[in-house]
Amino acid sequence: MLMMRGIEERAMTLYRQGKVPGSFYDGFGQEAVSAGATWAMAAQDRLCILHRDLAAHIIRGVEPWRIFAQYMGRADGITRGRDGNVHFGDRTKGCVGMVSMLPDMMLIATGMAMAFKLRGEERCAITWFGDGSTSRGDFHEAMNWAGVQKLPVIFILENNQYAYSTPLDQQFAVNPIERAAAYGFPGVSADGNDPEAMFEVVRAARERAIAGEGPTLVEAVTMRMHGHAAHDDMKYVPTAQVEEWRAKDPIDRQVRRLEALGVDTQAVRDSVKAEIEAAVERALQSPQPDPETVLDGLFADEPALLEDGNGPWSGFRS
Amino acid sequence: MPTMTYLQAISDAMREEMRADERVFLMGEDIGTFGGAFKVTDGFIDEFGPKRVMDTPLAESAIIGCAIGSAVEGLRPIAEMQFSDFVSCGFDQLVNVAGKTYYRMGLSVNITVRLPSGGGFSGGPYHSQNPEAWFMHAPGLKIVAPSTAEDAKGLLISAVRDPNPVLFMEHKHLYRRVKGDVPTGSYETPFTARIAREGTDLTVIAYGAMVHTALEATADLDGSVEVLDLRSLVPLDEEAILKSVRKTSKVVIVDEANQMCAAGAQVAAIIAERAFEDLDGPVVRVATPDVPIPFSPTLEQSVLPQVDDVREACRELLEY
Ligand SMILES: Cc1ncc(C[n+]2csc(CCOP(=O)(O)OP(=O)(O)O)c2C)c(N)n1
Repeated sequence: MLMMRGIEERAMTLYRQGKVPGSFYDGFGQEAVSAGATWAMAAQDRLCILHRDLAAHIIRGVEPWRIFAQYMGRADGITRGRDGNVHFGDRTKGCVGMVSMLPDMMLIATGMAMAFKLRGEERCAITWFGDGSTSRGDFHEAMNWAGVQKLPVIFILENNQYAYSTPLDQQFAVNPIERAAAYGFPGVSADGNDPEAMFEVVRAARERAIAGEGPTLVEAVTMRMHGHAAHDDMKYVPTAQVEEWRAKDPIDRQVRRLEALGVDTQAVRDSVKAEIEAAVERALQSPQPDPETVLDGLFADEPALLEDGNGPWSGFRS
Repeated sequence: MPTMTYLQAISDAMREEMRADERVFLMGEDIGTFGGAFKVTDGFIDEFGPKRVMDTPLAESAIIGCAIGSAVEGLRPIAEMQFSDFVSCGFDQLVNVAGKTYYRMGLSVNITVRLPSGGGFSGGPYHSQNPEAWFMHAPGLKIVAPSTAEDAKGLLISAVRDPNPVLFMEHKHLYRRVKGDVPTGSYETPFTARIAREGTDLTVIAYGAMVHTALEATADLDGSVEVLDLRSLVPLDEEAILKSVRKTSKVVIVDEANQMCAAGAQVAAIIAERAFEDLDGPVVRVATPDVPIPFSPTLEQSVLPQVDDVREACRELLEY
């Protein structure tokens, strides 16, 4: 979580310096949602990761310097300069790169789960999506199919109060967590600012999935603490709401918890900071992608599939 | 005549039409208090209220489908896709409902769908597309693509008044870069081509942002180059195309969209069918190769047609 926040804060500076092209999206305040959930997944599980879930990539073992190279559109970025800053997923870590059309990835995750079921494998797919995403037909299609087939998939709704400028009450009349029952599986709410709560809920959902009991919809209740993207000053959010959520900052909370257990969190902060600075240096050395290669890779010459995601920190093993 | 940006001209067109006609209203994501992702509808909610500036959930199929339903009931919705790319999520409603309703039932679908399109700013594969050709292939939809501020206003007003579904391709890269004199009050610009510059030796055919690329590329060539701005893709102004090609006998077609089956492919086919005898050289196309638009500025520049690419194509054809 510290790594996620550190990388994103640093990337925002790089963005302001013009070193990160396009726009920039961060997950400030939402670190626990992806961290807690990813920690509960095993290496062979598959992830469809959204734009505010950097911790998931980090936990799966994507090196920070490659994340910076990705943001900067360099040759060593995960998409080799092909896709935009936060739209990435490392195939070698079992992750699918984000599809911008929200929430198309719910159906990809459902399809993965279908493959696991067809092959009789003990695996699970997980995908994140926002409150905004719940308004599209694809949300319903994924939920319905997963429910009908009892597929091993976990749907994480990141309820961060706003979809761009649109507040919840303009997005839906009934919280989508209520819809799960209508599709034949449980919907559970969790404190999205608490990584341990997220871990517990997702671990239980995974157990259900692996046991053949079907999908779970998990609502991670949190708040988007920055604008939708770098250009957005989020004037539409009342200050009191921001203040209320600032007091629930997931990192502060976790740090206090760890300190009570005697962990030297300052040492962790220092090492994360040093690692980030080294990563930025290395990413800045990465070349711009070669325009001669721009047509390469439209069609596959040979099968290229997802691999398992055994990162340094990844892999809760049940 | 006031000078306006392309973006202001689009806002102005909507404001004029909304003031003049109670039936006109707006639908889209974040268009209300936020004023739209590109601020095209900034301040609209204050003037017209939330009933006529409707913030919608993130649901393109619903936006287009409900626009169609309200149009069938006599309203004149203008629906905004936040980025043209996301129109794929409302594809079915456009292709199968909007485009076919009048033919099937004699019911007109007076909707305008605004599509902020195009690349050039590192938007990557999901925020840079030019999807007009997807819809040219579907009968019953009109498609216009202004290149100037004056046309942006006039074409949008025409689109709103047209009893058919009109896709309004507004190029994001022109929003704040292109400025021009825009007549005050309301006026309609016809869905026909416009000669952006007269010439006698070669015709460059383009639309949207590529009109500016074409004008720049041909400004100082040895030869008199005509630049034809299509403005409308459906209907396509075949007579204007043929007239210009018959005059110059040489043609370069510039598309920012991916080359395969692009608007320019249709233009090339018309020229081949109806003006073959008048040509003094091959029909040349400059377009984006058939890859998604990459994010890295180096890669993006290498696929989008640049001034130099167009200049080179024109030079070669002039010498042919
Ligand atoms: C189908 C579709 N329509 C529009 C957009 C443009 N858009 C990008 S993010 C966003 C808001 C998303 O809100 P939410 O799903 O709540 O996720 P959050 O950004 O709050 O994490 C919108 C409208 C999109 N990405 N996909």
